[in-house]
Amino acid sequence: MALPSIVAGRSQASALPFVRRYQGIEAGLPGERAARAQAAAILERDGLPGLHDEAWKYTSLRHLGETAFHAALTQAGDDVPATALPELGTLADLPRLVFVQGRLREDLSIRSDLLSISSFHQHPHFGSLAQPARDRMVALNTMLAEDGASIDVSAGMDAGTIVLISIGAELHGTPIAFHPRHSIVLGEGAKLAIVEIAVGKGAYLHNPVTEVCIGENASLTHVKLQNESSGAFHMSTLYADIAARGSYDSFTLTAGSRLARTEIHARLSGKDAHAAINAAQLLRGHQHADFTTVVSHDMPHGASRQTVKNVLADHARGVFQGKIEVARAAQKTDGYQMNQALLLSEHAEIDCKPQLEIYADDVKCSHGATVGALDAEQFFYLLSRGIPKPEARALLVQAFLAESLDMVANEDARALLDGVLQRWWNEK
Amino acid sequence: MLEIRNLHAAVGDKPILRGIDLAVPDGEIHAIMGPNGSGKSTLSYVLSGREDFAVTDGSVMFDGADLLAMEPEARAQAGVFLAFQAPVELPGVGNANFLRTALNAVRRARGEDELDAAQFLKLARAEAKRLQMPDDMLKRNVNVGFSGGEKKRNEVLQMTILKPKLAILDETDSGLDIDALKIVGDGVNALRSSKFSALVITHHQRLLDHIKPDVVHVLVAGRIVRSGDASLARLLEAQGYAQVIAEAA
Repeated sequence: MALPSIVAGRSQASALPFVRRYQGIEAGLPGERAARAQAAAILERDGLPGLHDEAWKYTSLRHLGETAFHAALTQAGDDVPATALPELGTLADLPRLVFVQGRLREDLSIRSDLLSISSFHQHPHFGSLAQPARDRMVALNTMLAEDGASIDVSAGMDAGTIVLISIGAELHGTPIAFHPRHSIVLGEGAKLAIVEIAVGKGAYLHNPVTEVCIGENASLTHVKLQNESSGAFHMSTLYADIAARGSYDSFTLTAGSRLARTEIHARLSGKDAHAAINAAQLLRGHQHADFTTVVSHDMPHGASRQTVKNVLADHARGVFQGKIEVARAAQKTDGYQMNQALLLSEHAEIDCKPQLEIYADDVKCSHGATVGALDAEQFFYLLSRGIPKPEARALLVQAFLAESLDMVANEDARALLDGVLQRWWNEK
Repeated sequence: MLEIRNLHAAVGDKPILRGIDLAVPDGEIHAIMGPNGSGKSTLSYVLSGREDFAVTDGSVMFDGADLLAMEPEARAQAGVFLAFQAPVELPGVGNANFLRTALNAVRRARGEDELDAAQFLKLARAEAKRLQMPDDMLKRNVNVGFSGGEKKRNEVLQMTILKPKLAILDETDSGLDIDALKIVGDGVNALRSSKFSALVITHHQRLLDHIKPDVVHVLVAGRIVRSGDASLARLLEAQGYAQVIAEAA
């Protein structure tokens, strides 16, 4: 059989190596085979997302497509590596789920009585929020997902905080790919805080999909620290459905990985629902990180808030694509979106694409973007007090990020993020 | 302490300082007065190392070292302090954090131990109290939401904490009421010693009632046209610049 050499007009990276792997291990994969087969057909036909896809205009998966990955779980087999947990500070005693190379490690996890936890491996079930037919990295996840966390908080329960840790690694010096499938369900009036931490060593692809259902009056706080290894690809997609008076409040700090895409789709499907999707990206070297959000207001009186800050040094490139959709029924929607970038080098780049799609006539939606270098007056003021240039720069960058970090109310999580910020500077 | 010789400086092609000669010996306080646009603020910026000004000729020695060859932060560490005419706001930077970072940077450079948070707060609270500043000014962001007078007092607070050898006060009296003027004057006087000198840039005699200058210089069009003792300031106040400049010419 002749392989097609070059498909004219396509800049997509091929998904064929992934599809072949799927075909090789298909029989051993847990659960729902039809969904996986559909996803495989999509990937075989369309490949990985490419620059011709409007949603992927600023982020190329060429390097990812060129990397030969081992499949994680099947290759890892029973070889359970000794793994050190990342520094957790005050989070160390809290309930946690630890995944190493995508596989749940009970020996490293701490269970909680306040919520029901199972693994995708034991109870493989794809939720209804994910859209593999539209989002091809999600198709990739659907095709190859083997494990993940399924977290349920029953109605009225305040389940406190749970820490979700992913530790990526190479296998015998070869990159691996893992595609965790997480599900989080909060019953009516339930409360939960998730602190998600992604770290690792070497080259790997971490491609998680998370489906979040927030019941009426329920609230989920989600703080995510993406501090993957500098050789890693981090491609995450989260779908949240928020019922009436429910709240999804998230903050993502991206500091790691060579290439990252963090995609969040939040649907305010009930009245008076609330979503906060804030983020900060700290990038240097040749790092590329893309933060893409779609907030859909379906019902009246919803509110959404997004503040995304990029700090870009060296040749780093940051991307923010933020779309707010307001359906005809969603009167009195209050949407706000702000993107700010601080460029610390003339070679750094930020791409920003805000999109408002409004079909209701009585709404308040605003967006704004600012791009700038460090303020020369402020910088000189600090120097004139004897503060050395690296410290002065760090102070101003922290000040730039302070507004968004201040939105992280969970003190343990905040301390974790502050520590990462501090180390980021010390390593610079 | 400070020896300025034939100092010329320009912004772009425009010369502002045209040959300043000025020596401030140890322990002395010199006032610089002069009409708007005469180069007073430019002199303060050139001495503190701001990049926007190009020194085109002349030299400045500070404690025997070539001041103009030093980076701005090194000048501050060596003991030069500029109280800004328009103090800069730093949203997101807490005042206490700012002051402690500055103090510890200066202490490190001088080979002294850094202060921990508790030691620093004790010191800062005592100094703030002496300047009659409310405690919450340490907690607020640097100069953000401060009134004009509060900003100036915050400059003096930084000065009393950093304990410079040479303080340059650039119109620190502007925007201050009579009570605040006295507090600022007391703050400077508290630093007076045989190892402390100051250049006090001002438009008015009033501040000099509180900070008694040893010498008063009149700066016009980038040159010092007349120098004298404290009585020169009173003469300027009584007769105006035009008269005094005409006499000097």
